[in-house]
Amino acid sequence: MSDVVEMARLMQGNEAVVEGALAAGVRFFAGYPITPSTEIAELMAERLPGLGGKFIQMEDEIASMAAVIGASLAGVKALTATSGPGFSLKQENIGYAAMAEIPCVIVNVQRWGPSTGIPTAPAQGDVMQARWGTHGDHPVIVLCPASVREAYMLAIRAVNLSEKYRVPVILLMDEVIGHMRERVVLPRAGEVEVIERKKPAVEPKDYYPYRPDDDGVPPMANFGDGYRYHVTGLVHDEKGNPTTDPQVAESLILRLHRKIYDHLDDVVTVEGYQLEDAEVVVVAYGAVARSAKRAVKDARAAGIKAGLFRPVTIWPFPEKEVAELAGRVRHIIVVEMNLGQLKGEVERAVQGRVRVTGVNRLNGELITFDEILSAIKEVTTDAQSG
Amino acid sequence: MFRTIEFRLSGSGGQGLILAGVILADAAIREGKNAVQAQSYGPEARGGASKAEVIISEGEIDYPKVVLPDVVLAMSQDAANKYAGKVKKGGLLIVDNTYVKNVPPTPARVYVFPISRLAREKVGKEMVANIVALGILAGLTGAVSRQALEQALLSRIPKGTETLNMQALEAGFEMAKASSVKVPA
Repeated sequence: MSDVVEMARLMQGNEAVVEGALAAGVRFFAGYPITPSTEIAELMAERLPGLGGKFIQMEDEIASMAAVIGASLAGVKALTATSGPGFSLKQENIGYAAMAEIPCVIVNVQRWGPSTGIPTAPAQGDVMQARWGTHGDHPVIVLCPASVREAYMLAIRAVNLSEKYRVPVILLMDEVIGHMRERVVLPRAGEVEVIERKKPAVEPKDYYPYRPDDDGVPPMANFGDGYRYHVTGLVHDEKGNPTTDPQVAESLILRLHRKIYDHLDDVVTVEGYQLEDAEVVVVAYGAVARSAKRAVKDARAAGIKAGLFRPVTIWPFPEKEVAELAGRVRHIIVVEMNLGQLKGEVERAVQGRVRVTGVNRLNGELITFDEILSAIKEVTTDAQSG
Repeated sequence: MFRTIEFRLSGSGGQGLILAGVILADAAIREGKNAVQAQSYGPEARGGASKAEVIISEGEIDYPKVVLPDVVLAMSQDAANKYAGKVKKGGLLIVDNTYVKNVPPTPARVYVFPISRLAREKVGKEMVANIVALGILAGLTGAVSRQALEQALLSRIPKGTETLNMQALEAGFEMAKASSVKVPA
């Protein structure tokens, strides 16, 4: 057997998230298990104690989020996992993490909603909630895997980005990717980059917990290391003390945005397939991107110049990349297991330069490649007859 | 085109169909093939409909769900009613007549085995009916080798149940060998 066959294994998406998070150095999990994310909690409970980490099943969702924030403040990389209803309940503390700049990762394995919906059925209805679920004008990073291997890689990336920018990062999965098992060959230990948060280089008496470096990100001291400071969800000055000073408030919220939006080249990743000469481009993310890829292959086999554009980072939205696409294709089809949440963002980036249509279905089943292929054929025929 | 085989294992919750699907996919990967396993089930831990899907391919598997299976296993009457008609023409429908009393019309070749009864009476525990079924599936289709299936099985079952499970697998392979095709109804 070749080396690759020996390295290959059957792995579940949720399992891959756990292995990726552990490889990135996560040593704390607090959560309240919920379908279809439960395997993440189960496996964390199994794996963390052996690695010197801690697993806590909390009394509810918001407390889980609070525990994750506390662990992170104490210097431990921390993660929680949930699904739609639990994601709703965590929102207040996600906002706290954004405001107090606490690195943490929230995995949301989306299921059919609103409310308890269909626990075991996939959907992509939390796209806007991931961006705007907590109140206030906050920055956030949201990543969206389309395979089991990518769930592993993006779990690592989510931890890295949260540590680097001191921001909550949401790994937005769906039930299909969370529950499916497929063949993966994972990188060897040491082959993945692991980022640690910046620590203060000054003595405790000279430490300003919210004074940023040039990149907009302040170094972060562990609670318990002798750096005494105040952490609050209130608007705060560089010392961390509450204030209502308009200038401080404005410069704080602008810096929180700037530290992400000044680094879009680092934060935003996308994947293209057959885009070079594409006339019809399908935009899809998560499990649906797999149906879309098959549809693009089938369309190409039928002589249609189709391509796939897959945002891997969905927030911040890859505006520049979509705008560039709009300059050279005829038609964009956005496929989602919701009624058009990311389509609005695509339209915003496209600014009317090409037609944008949607393929949307949310009956609890994955959108099929046939449905997407029909849509591709339809717009191709329209273009020829028009 | 790459050779691709789609399986749908259906029955009720608690029959171990998802585990059977996982072991089948695991075995395929041990042989250097691609495999995807997906599932659907209700909120119940036992009872309710349960379905595991496995795609084994020598090529890339984009769409992770079964479209029209080559092989369907039905271990409950409800599952047979729901899926017997949705098999590729000339494919295989394998039914457990411990629970499936009427085989609905199907375009597939039908194989009938007393899977659960045999697991109970010959192996000693009905719990391993899923593993008996796996032996039948592999024996009839040759989709995975017996060696890979044994390795996959041993890696995915609780310690102390190895003998029981290996006996179940053996019983399945034996049934497959002794079987004769039933003409579609």
